[in-house]
Amino acid sequence: MKSKKEFDYFDRPEVRRKLWILLWLVCGLTIIPDLFTHRHPHFGFDGFIGFYALFGFVTCAVLILLAKLIGRVLKVREDYYDK
Amino acid sequence: MINDFPPAAILILGALLVPFFKGRAKSWYVILLPAAAFYLISKLDPGSSWQIHFFGFDLTLLRVDKLSKVFGYIFTLNAAAAFVYAFYLKDNTQHMAALFYIGSALGVVFAGDLVTLYFFWEIMAIASTFLILARKTDKALRAGTRYVMVHIFGGLCLLAGIVIYISQTGSVGFEAMTQRTPATWLILIGILINAAAPPMSAWLSDAYPEATVTGGVILSAYTTKTSVYALIRGFAGWEILIVIGCIMTLYGIIYALLENDMRRILAYSIINQVGFMVTGVGIGTAMALNGAAAHAFCHIIYKSLLWMSAGSVLYMTGKSKCTELGGLYKTMPWTLVFGTIGALAISSFPGTSGFTSKSLIIDGAVHSHLVWVWIVLEIASAGVFLHAGIKFPYFVFFAKDNGLRPGESHKSMLAAMGFLAFLCIFLGIYPKPLYAILPFAVDYQAYTLNHVVAQMQLLMLSALVFFLFLPLLKRTDTISLDTDWFYRRGAHGFYGIIDKGLNGINNFCDKVFAGDLSAGIGRFFKKGPARIVMGVVIPVRAILGDDRKTRDTLKTRITAAFETDAYPVGISAIAATLFIVILFLFY
Repeated sequence: MKSKKEFDYFDRPEVRRKLWILLWLVCGLTIIPDLFTHRHPHFGFDGFIGFYALFGFVTCAVLILLAKLIGRVLKVREDYYDK
Repeated sequence: MINDFPPAAILILGALLVPFFKGRAKSWYVILLPAAAFYLISKLDPGSSWQIHFFGFDLTLLRVDKLSKVFGYIFTLNAAAAFVYAFYLKDNTQHMAALFYIGSALGVVFAGDLVTLYFFWEIMAIASTFLILARKTDKALRAGTRYVMVHIFGGLCLLAGIVIYISQTGSVGFEAMTQRTPATWLILIGILINAAAPPMSAWLSDAYPEATVTGGVILSAYTTKTSVYALIRGFAGWEILIVIGCIMTLYGIIYALLENDMRRILAYSIINQVGFMVTGVGIGTAMALNGAAAHAFCHIIYKSLLWMSAGSVLYMTGKSKCTELGGLYKTMPWTLVFGTIGALAISSFPGTSGFTSKSLIIDGAVHSHLVWVWIVLEIASAGVFLHAGIKFPYFVFFAKDNGLRPGESHKSMLAAMGFLAFLCIFLGIYPKPLYAILPFAVDYQAYTLNHVVAQMQLLMLSALVFFLFLPLLKRTDTISLDTDWFYRRGAHGFYGIIDKGLNGINNFCDKVFAGDLSAGIGRFFKKGPARIVMGVVIPVRAILGDDRKTRDTLKTRITAAFETDAYPVGISAIAATLFIVILFLFY
C-alpha cells in the first residue's frame, strides 16, 4: 500500500449505511418468492409465508440471548486456570 | 500390486524419510506423499486383502469399499492441500507427526478388524499430540498433556470394549454392531470421545487452538472425522446418537458465540458440525448415512480452509483474539475472500458445498418423520451462520480496527486456500462427483426453488439478527468454563481431598504408631525389665525383713543396672547353657 491511500471502503459511514439498507432489502426479497411458489410443508406447521425467515430470526435472537445468559455463569477471566 | 497396497503405509513409511530431504525438496516431498496415496486409493479394488495372522487373530489391514474410499479420498486430498499451505515450514517434527497422524487415520478407515483399528487409533492420538507440543509454548505443553491424557482414557475405553467384544463374539471383524452389550457400549464411548461428544468434548477446544499454525489445520480434519467414519461403519441407526448429535450442534454454537479466540471459535464449530454428522448416523437411513459421509467430506475442506485463513492471520499478526484483531480486510484481502468462502460453505449457503451435503442429513430427518430432530438441525443451521459464518470473518477482518497492517501471508498459503475455496464452490454447484462416491446410491436434488428460498430466508434473517444484536456480542477478554473444568480445576480439588485425606491418615499414623506407640514400647523395654525385677524382688525382700532404706538402695541399684545394661549377662549365659546341657542329658 505504501504511499497509496489506504483501502478503507468498509470504514466509511455512507458505505455502512448502504450495507444496512442492502441487508434489509435482501431479507425482504427472500420472502417474496413465498408468495408465488407452491410450497410443500414437511410437517404441516411450516407451510406459511416467511416461515423460515421467522424461524431464523427468532432462533438467532434466542440463541444470542441464551448465550449471553449462560455467559454470565461460564465466562471467566483468561488467567482463571493459571491461578 | 498397486490395487491392493495399504495407503497408510505410504505416509507412515514416507514420514521416516522426511529428515533426509532439505529445503524446498522437503516441502515438495511431503506434498507428493498424500498425492501418491490419493492416486493409490483411486486404484484400489473393493474387497479385503493384506490378511495376516497375528497373535491368534486374523487381521485385515486393507478392507476397501465405498465407505472407506470416500474417507480415504478426502483425507489424502486435504493432506496434500495442508502441506501446500505448510510449504514455508521446514520443521521435521511437525511434518513427521502430521504424516504419522494422517497415515494412521488412513489406517483406521481401511482397517478391516478391531485390532488393527485400535492400533492405528492409538498412533493417531500420540502423533497428533506432537502437532500441539510443536508450538513450544508453556500453554501448548499443558494443553497437549491434557489432550493426550483424554485420548489415552478414550483409547482404554475402546480397548476394553474391543477385548470384551472379541471374547464374547469370537470375531475381530469391524462390522455393524447389532448387539447392545457392555462391550459395544464401551467401543461406542471410546469412539465418541474422539468425536468430541459432550461431556468429553472440551479436549478439542482446549488443545486445537494451542497447536501450531499448520498443526491446527491438520488436526481439524482427522480425529473427529475418523470417529464419524467408525460410527457410520459400526453404529448406524443407534438412536442415542441422534440425541448426542443434536446436543453437539447446539453446544458448539453457544460456546462459539461466547468465545473470543478465533481459532477456538472454529474449534467449537467443529463440534457443532460433527454433531450434524453424528445425528445423521443415528438416523441411520441410507440418505442420512450418505449425508454424514458427504458432510464429513465437505466439512473437512471448508473447515481446513477456515483454519488456514485463521492460521494466516495468526502467522502474520501473532494474535488470535478477536479483541486484538479487526480491520484486516485492508491488508489481507485474499485471506478474507477465501476465509469468507469457507464461512459461507460451513453455513451451507446455496452455491457452496455445505448446502449440497448438509441438506442430505436434514432431509434424512424429514424423511424419517423426526420432527424434533429436524427443528434442532434447522436451529443449528441458523446458528452456524451466526457463529462461524459471520462472527469469525466479521471480528477478524472488519469490526474495530486495531491498527494491525500485516500484509498478505505466503503465496503457498494463499494457493492452498484458493484450491480449497475452489472445491467448496465446485462441490456446491456440481455435487455429482461427490454423490457418485458416497456409500449408497444417491437420487437427490439439493437445488429446488423451495429449498433455496427457505435456506436464504433462514440465513439472511440470521445475518440481520447478528447485526441488530451486535452490542450484545461485544467481545470480552474471557474464556468460558467447559467440562475440562473438572480435570483442570476439579483436579486441584481432587488434589486437595487426597492431600487432606491421605496425608491426614499419614499424620494420624505417624502420631499414633511412630510417635506414641513406639515411644511407649521403647519405654516399656527400657524400664519394663527393671520394674518386673523390682516387682518380684522388693516384696520378697520386704517379707524377709529389709527396712525401707535398704529397699530404696536396692531399687536404685536395680534401675541403674538395667539402664546401664550392667546386670550380669555372663551369669545368665551360664545358666542358659546349663539349662541346655540338662535338657540334652534327659532327652
